[in-house]
Amino acid sequence: MASSSDTGLARWTLRAASIAVFLLVWQTASTLRLNLGLVTFVNVPPPTEVLEAAIAFVQSAKAVDHVRSSLARVTAGYAIAAFAGIALGLAIGRSRRAADILLPPLEILRPIPAVAWIPLAVLLFPSSEASMIYITFIGALFPILLNTIHGVESVDPRLVASAKSLGGTPGAILREVVLPGAAPSIVTGLAIGMGTSWFCLVTAEMISGQFGIGYYTWEAYTIQNYADIIVGMILIGLLGMGSSALLRWIGARLTPWHTVGETR
Amino acid sequence: MSGRERLARPELGRIEAQDVSIRLGRGAQAFEAVQEVSFSIEPGELVCVIGPSGCGKSTLLGALAGHIAPASGKLHVDGAPVTGPHPDRGIVFQHHTLFPWKTARDNVAFGPKMRGVAKGERRRQADAILDLVGLADFAGRYPKQLSGGMQQRVEIARVLVNKPRLLLMDEPFGALDALTRMMMQELLLDIWTRVRTTIVFVTHDIDEALFLADRIIVMSPRPGRILEEIPVPFKRPRSTDIVASQEFGRLKHHCLELLRVRPDGVPLPRLSPLGLGTGDSE
Repeated sequence: MASSSDTGLARWTLRAASIAVFLLVWQTASTLRLNLGLVTFVNVPPPTEVLEAAIAFVQSAKAVDHVRSSLARVTAGYAIAAFAGIALGLAIGRSRRAADILLPPLEILRPIPAVAWIPLAVLLFPSSEASMIYITFIGALFPILLNTIHGVESVDPRLVASAKSLGGTPGAILREVVLPGAAPSIVTGLAIGMGTSWFCLVTAEMISGQFGIGYYTWEAYTIQNYADIIVGMILIGLLGMGSSALLRWIGARLTPWHTVGETR
Repeated sequence: MSGRERLARPELGRIEAQDVSIRLGRGAQAFEAVQEVSFSIEPGELVCVIGPSGCGKSTLLGALAGHIAPASGKLHVDGAPVTGPHPDRGIVFQHHTLFPWKTARDNVAFGPKMRGVAKGERRRQADAILDLVGLADFAGRYPKQLSGGMQQRVEIARVLVNKPRLLLMDEPFGALDALTRMMMQELLLDIWTRVRTTIVFVTHDIDEALFLADRIIVMSPRPGRILEEIPVPFKRPRSTDIVASQEFGRLKHHCLELLRVRPDGVPLPRLSPLGLGTGDSE
């Protein structure tokens, strides 16, 4: 195990170097307008140009509104998905009847990509804000749901039996045994769901008319402002990565038994 | 009782089994795991059940715990039929059934919590029992921070805190190394002298059964029937010296004769107190 600060520093240096090399290759390919046949960098803006666009974006009056609108949508859609996904997952994982009733329609809805939902989302919800939240909800729901089901089903039946033998009622067993037993898997689902929720943001904000990073990215594409597209992409990537990391951090605090060291 | 709190009710814990048969599996795969078994166990008695792998001894234990319903026959504890799991009939599995997300103390306090005992009081009860099993200093540890032997002691404490009529044990020391197992056997006898509850102890280790039991019930290969009930005459408190005695050797030889696998016998998969497919992997 690399546990000394020395090796830790070495690993971080390597990670930073990896990004630096990536940027350097991109910069070179774009400024030389490389055409490799299969892919071409002729029209791809180099990182320096993207950086300029990013600075312009940050200094623009609308930047805060874009980020705030997107954060609000993802937070709302994600929160509903987390609640629904965990509740449905617990029911489906614990009860065969609930699985028979709930799983078939969910299995049909699951493979439908977010972009295909746009027309129906617009029809279903009178406000465009609600339809956008719905798209981010759909994006986050299935990873959370499936990981919850998996987590509940993988709870050791002997733990449930022990709890019964110790006087646990069904409610107490769900709260004290099934939920914590499934917690690591639920946290994984929540972290993946956070990513897919951001993943669907551009799709969702195609509906929007004004604000949102997804909208900003889409608008940049329609007016052929390529550097801005990449700014939008990187922003979504960073926000998605940051919120997933935040979730994993919260998850680790909620499941302390999962991270304690083994001492014998 | 050396000033200790009385943890069990010595007049309670009588088991009556009459023609108990247990079937496992579904449809064409169904088979009789236990066949017309009859026995009775006195309150406060320590009985070991031995038999070859897959003979249904764990299944029988599961029926006593209330996790498996007998297909026919009468299974009574203190005159009342066993209808489901109950804290009066606590079970200790071979390993890994502590709640990993609870500390040792909170694992032990689970039973009292289910009874609605207030937090301070249930912690006090848990700490008292953990002290009894010699783990007073480890109450705040999570199970995976404890050794295998320590985990089994927490399991025993978690059952005893409910003041059970029966302590049911399914090869509880089977996954431990030989030295730890011996220490655990002595510890169990020590606890049992202070907390006199009925113990039904399933094992396939003849030495273990002879060292612990008042009486050994020997079961046949599947379908499990009772071959013989052997009273174990050694005086208590027992020390490991009895292992060297002539009587020990004679009884061990007798058990081996009873359990001798017939040459055509195929070893059967191990059954568990929860029925099929959820047992320990050994």
